[in-house]
Amino acid sequence: MNIVIIGGGPAGSEAAYRLAGEGYTVDLVEKENSIGGNLNNWHQLFPDRKSAAGLVKELQQRLNHPGITLHIDAEAREIAESAPGKFAVKLSNKTVLHGSAVLLATGYKVFDAKRKEEYGYGIYKRVITSAELENLFTNRALATLYGEAPKRIGFIHCVGSRDEKICNYHCSKLCCVTAVKQAIEVREMLPEVEIFCFYMDMRMFGPGYEEMYREAQERYDIKFIRGRLSEAAENIHGQVVVKVEDTLVGKPLRMTLDLMVLMVGMEAADGSGKLAGSVQVPLYPNGFIRPADPHTGTNLTARPGIFTAGSCTSPMNLTDTLTDARSAAWQIKKWLTGSDKHA
Amino acid sequence: MPTLWGYSISAARSIDYDKNDQSFLRRLAHSCPSSKLCIGCGGCTAACSAGNLTEFNIRQLQMLVKRGETRETAEQLHKCMLCGKCLLVCPRGVDTRKMILSMKRFLREHDQ
Ligand code: SF4
Ligand code: SF4
Ligand code: SF4
Repeated sequence: MNIVIIGGGPAGSEAAYRLAGEGYTVDLVEKENSIGGNLNNWHQLFPDRKSAAGLVKELQQRLNHPGITLHIDAEAREIAESAPGKFAVKLSNKTVLHGSAVLLATGYKVFDAKRKEEYGYGIYKRVITSAELENLFTNRALATLYGEAPKRIGFIHCVGSRDEKICNYHCSKLCCVTAVKQAIEVREMLPEVEIFCFYMDMRMFGPGYEEMYREAQERYDIKFIRGRLSEAAENIHGQVVVKVEDTLVGKPLRMTLDLMVLMVGMEAADGSGKLAGSVQVPLYPNGFIRPADPHTGTNLTARPGIFTAGSCTSPMNLTDTLTDARSAAWQIKKWLTGSDKHA
Repeated sequence: MPTLWGYSISAARSIDYDKNDQSFLRRLAHSCPSSKLCIGCGGCTAACSAGNLTEFNIRQLQMLVKRGETRETAEQLHKCMLCGKCLLVCPRGVDTRKMILSMKRFLREHDQ
């Protein structure tokens, strides 16, 4: 029996490997020219500082399985139920794939920081996103980015998340720990720089995260200011001047930064809604795919035969994404062997 | 029975939520329901035109009201110029203008 998996990020790749291991054939569809998804834009992963490229390579190697056919540069456009329990997935290259189950592993997209105009991204030179900072880490280009090494760097939490003004109510969950991880990496590269995180709440939910936060203060001398940025301006030296309320002190605070890093949040991928819509799978108001039940029906959707894995249902870290993918593989097997024809 | 740690609090220094008059905070929640959405991020205070010129912290003042402490708010609220910048910045969609107007109205009626 064949399964079509849409999305070749960590979730799709892991599920493909697990399902092939169970003896199924798998078509894995990826819109870019290689697998790995957003992981390709990352340098190191928390909490163990694992190389992201190393993990992508590992996922890739496991796809060298006779049961897996990889379709790159191909975007899934539409899913249709051609016969009861038989699905046809139309690709942008006109191919039509057939499967007895479809797994949506369409992931997320990074928030477009230009939408938060008052933060000056795309306008001020020294405002970059957390994703771009990862790139600077990979290329070891941070110290020389603006001629001389920055002396003060600020990380701005919750950009594009928890913000009614841009219609995203949700917390992206990962940006707090990412900021702490990135702050530590910056400290290692630039021992002299002053580093600040501007946060509303520190959400260190995973194992080892809170400990990392503590270590960031204790060993890496990273400072935390509780307050949400209201606006930023550029001075004549090209530096960024920020304004927040230091809410724990109860006074407005102004600070000049040599580099401002925006912790951009996660939004539902563009493809998710269209694909889910083509098989009447409901979405949450924020565009992520709604599972059949938030406790007992994860990986399942309202439509039998259509499954989900990874961050297409909500912001998720890599540990949870890979676990979710394995869980999805098990749910699909259960469905195909007829022990769980949920209606 | 007291714990070994005991319990003591200085009345002069603390908010006594048991004794404070809560009519104001109930009125505020009723006349401006979005005021309940505040998460204390300080965006409003950072953006505030009045707060940039004088000692005036709108986040703190409305928080105090919500704990039944009205004195400071009564003394300070006249500094607000109703420019609405706080409204533009709030990530929770608190209708700060309405909130401030409700507080003003309450204080005015209270005075009479
Ligand atoms: S994880 Fe932290 S930075 Fe990200 S949206 Fe949630 S609170 Fe904001
Ligand atoms: S409306 Fe009042 S509280 Fe709001 S920003 Fe203007 S002066 Fe400050
Ligand atoms: S900006 Fe909104 S959420 Fe933040 S402190 Fe002010 S009223 Fe509260």
